[in-house]
Amino acid sequence: MLERVIQEQPRHEVESVVVRFAGDSGDGVQITGSQFSDTTAFAGNDLATFPDFPAEIRAPTGTTYGVSAYQINFGARKILTSGDAPDVLVALNPAALKVNVAELQTGGLIIVDEATFGARDLKKAGYETNPLEDGTLDAYRLLPIDISVRTLEAVKEFGLTKKEALRSKNMWTLGLVYWLYDRDRRSSIDWLRQKFGKRPEIADANIAALNAGHAFGETNELSEVGPGYKVPPAAIAPGLYRSVTGAQALAWGLVAGARLSDLELFFGSYPITPASSILHTLAGLKAFGVVTFQAEDEIAAVCSAIGASYGGALGVTSSSGPGIALKGEALGLAVAVELPLIVVNSQRAGPSTGLPTKTEQSDLYQAVYGRNGDSPMAVLAARSPSDCFETAIEAARLATKYMTPVMLLTDGYVANASEPWLIPDFNDYEPFPVSFYTDAEDFHPFQRDPETLARVWATPGTPGLAHRIGGLERDYDSGNVSYDADNHQRMTDVRADKIAGIADDIPQQTVELGNDSGRIVVVGWGSTYGPIERAVTNMRADGLDVSHVHLRHIWPLPRNLGDLLRRFDRVLVPEMNTGQLLTVLRSEYLIDAEGLNKVTGKPFKIAEIEAAVRTRLED
Amino acid sequence: MNEAALLAKKVTAKDYASDQEVRWCPGCGDYAIVRAVQRTLAELDAPMDETVFVSGIGCASRFPYYMATYGFHTIHGRAPAIASGLKLAKPDLDVWVISGDGDALSIGGNHLMHLLRRNVDLQFLLFNNEIYGLTKGQASPTSRVGTRSPSTPLGSVDRPISATQFALGAGARFVARGVDTDQKRLPDILKRAHAHKGTSFVEIYQNCIVYNDGVFGTFTDKPVADDSQLRLAHGEPMIFGKERDKGIRLDTDTLSLEVVTIGENGVTEDDILVHDETNRTVATLLAAMEPPTLPVALGVLYCDPALSYEAAVRDQMTAARQSGKAADLNALLRSGHTWTVEG
Repeated sequence: MLERVIQEQPRHEVESVVVRFAGDSGDGVQITGSQFSDTTAFAGNDLATFPDFPAEIRAPTGTTYGVSAYQINFGARKILTSGDAPDVLVALNPAALKVNVAELQTGGLIIVDEATFGARDLKKAGYETNPLEDGTLDAYRLLPIDISVRTLEAVKEFGLTKKEALRSKNMWTLGLVYWLYDRDRRSSIDWLRQKFGKRPEIADANIAALNAGHAFGETNELSEVGPGYKVPPAAIAPGLYRSVTGAQALAWGLVAGARLSDLELFFGSYPITPASSILHTLAGLKAFGVVTFQAEDEIAAVCSAIGASYGGALGVTSSSGPGIALKGEALGLAVAVELPLIVVNSQRAGPSTGLPTKTEQSDLYQAVYGRNGDSPMAVLAARSPSDCFETAIEAARLATKYMTPVMLLTDGYVANASEPWLIPDFNDYEPFPVSFYTDAEDFHPFQRDPETLARVWATPGTPGLAHRIGGLERDYDSGNVSYDADNHQRMTDVRADKIAGIADDIPQQTVELGNDSGRIVVVGWGSTYGPIERAVTNMRADGLDVSHVHLRHIWPLPRNLGDLLRRFDRVLVPEMNTGQLLTVLRSEYLIDAEGLNKVTGKPFKIAEIEAAVRTRLED
Repeated sequence: MNEAALLAKKVTAKDYASDQEVRWCPGCGDYAIVRAVQRTLAELDAPMDETVFVSGIGCASRFPYYMATYGFHTIHGRAPAIASGLKLAKPDLDVWVISGDGDALSIGGNHLMHLLRRNVDLQFLLFNNEIYGLTKGQASPTSRVGTRSPSTPLGSVDRPISATQFALGAGARFVARGVDTDQKRLPDILKRAHAHKGTSFVEIYQNCIVYNDGVFGTFTDKPVADDSQLRLAHGEPMIFGKERDKGIRLDTDTLSLEVVTIGENGVTEDDILVHDETNRTVATLLAAMEPPTLPVALGVLYCDPALSYEAAVRDQMTAARQSGKAADLNALLRSGHTWTVEG
């Protein structure tokens, strides 16, 4: 009777929630998180996610360095970041609790699997006393449940081994969290049936666990959470949506760019974290005429792409910072011979091997300046997972129109995070078909379009156009090797002018939010978009005079950017590096821009940006 | 000349020379090689517009500038990677990679290894002069122990690598060897290389007149050549020598090759090994032969074709196109879970 009364109580309505799932890297935390994201998207919430996993593939179980986490921020309003501090932490073992609890909101909810808090587990996680009992979690709402035992009970009829049965623990937990936020289990059930199609007993066990977790929430009087919560749908633009990661959107954007330029896509790459998933996605698209080449090293990867471009394909290579460093000499070749090339850099924390699975934006210098000789190239940056699609198309447009390498910067966060995406109609995109040069009269390979300064693209196999190109400096008027000093000056100038001229072919810089003049402007690039946009939204709601400018074109910069920034009293540049765009802006425009910098392997928090702006406005 | 006469006119080696002034040192072996290649192309009537020479860095790598075909002078050691991308993008092109011992076996050793194991359909010519020429005479990976050079004033202590053994070890399906000045046989070797589908690896002993003059003299000088060169022909016994009385016999106890004289110690022609160019094991033994105890093996050491890399890649793409759904980008973007937000 009492149970029924509780169930009839209305759920607490909340505008947005941040949930972090954490557990051992073998606990299926990433799957749990992505299932919750999908379901949440279907429920009409806006959302942003942050998968955070260890560099080790399978660290020893129960250790803090083996902890994998997945954070999701979802709500009834526009969601721009994966959230500053979780409201809910689901910890599937003591190590997951230890690593993540400090970031939880005071008063936040902790759901733990009590069964994993034995003496040995606690020791492995580095706990001297049991945090469930020693009062250290008093500032939070603690919900300890014997998840392991309940999972085993739920799946016992399927005749699995104990080890197999315990693998459904994550689904039990997911079921409970589904109940907590009033989510429909159907899409996860469908997904499990499909995933384990060949082993129906595993699918059945996981579904039973999911249902049992849900039933547990429904039938127990959980005073820590009351009747559960409700997050109403967000006001989202109507249309067909999907969930997309940056790597996926980027790969598809490259395919789209190749289609729009009427070229075959060639992708040469060497496996590296966090860039490999682009290779994986494209390798599955052979039916789209995509050639993927897993090269023997980073240098071969870029060189194969240059060779493919020489042959008339859209050559693309992809890596992360250390791999881009290895490609440096070849990028110079592509600049020198003026062939189209897209170079994707999914940035990670450095220097050297650094923190391979953690995000950073510290390769901007490398992109803009990082080659021998004066070797300019265009540089673009994607701001979010779905923006990778648009940016990849823009990279293809610039590379083919200007016969130049284009560096496309994303980062570990953008590559791995997912967000709902209003799926575009490919037919809405303006094609930019390439026409190869075929006119043999007075031909030489470095004759240029007077407007774009791009050289002609004449591919081997074209009758009457046999010619030689190479890394040696070439004569402006014939394309033949030239050691002439004045000619080198002229060629260096034309290479620089060509790239600088792209500024006339890209949109003028707009203001994302706020006025185009005022007391302070926050200038960002890449994945800082979300936290800056949310922070500026919050502060403007408080009546503060603050604007947000976000760059897609890093090099060349938009023509009007200098004038725009000079109309503000202060310019603040948050970056996950020690101040790289900051240096570029200061040197290009002689403005007293200030940096807000951090390199902790994690995205900015909204509060960090707000605090930095508010301090400056109080000065 | 009318059009028909023009068409009938046979192309000559000269037609394959570009208008660029050749800048190798006078007397360089590279002159002989470029001549042999141009002659080969003329004899094959190779279409100028379908032929591409790709090179890295070094004396040899200037080669493409002197050809009237398409050419790409790239960066040090990386020509195999660039040529691989080119072949994948345009499989119908006839691609030649020109390299040297430093370019191919030092800075580019990794790329050469993978080119060979993948079996990309192109001709790889390694001009081996056992020295770095363009950087003024340092010891190279094929220099013999004791080579005195500006970087090894007391003589090099690194043991040299054998180009052909490297190639066979990496899985090459065609391995041949020639001598720069041997204008009689080199074009034939090049024609065989050209005919082979897959990576055709050809080591060419090339004399560097400035930094390593005469380094191959022990087997290329006219007076000693016949007695120190084994010129291989498929299906023929491995007989050599001025008097055609020496032969190669397999010592089955030690699994090694030895020189025997026909007519001495009861040796007859039947004892002489017959060259089977599809036998990888014997090819490896032939590649290792060195003077003075054994002759240098020249000609096609090994030829055993297999599916080329770009053909295998294209086969997969064709299969994917035929078996899968239409390559509709809008459908791809809408694949998997989607949901509709109502207006």
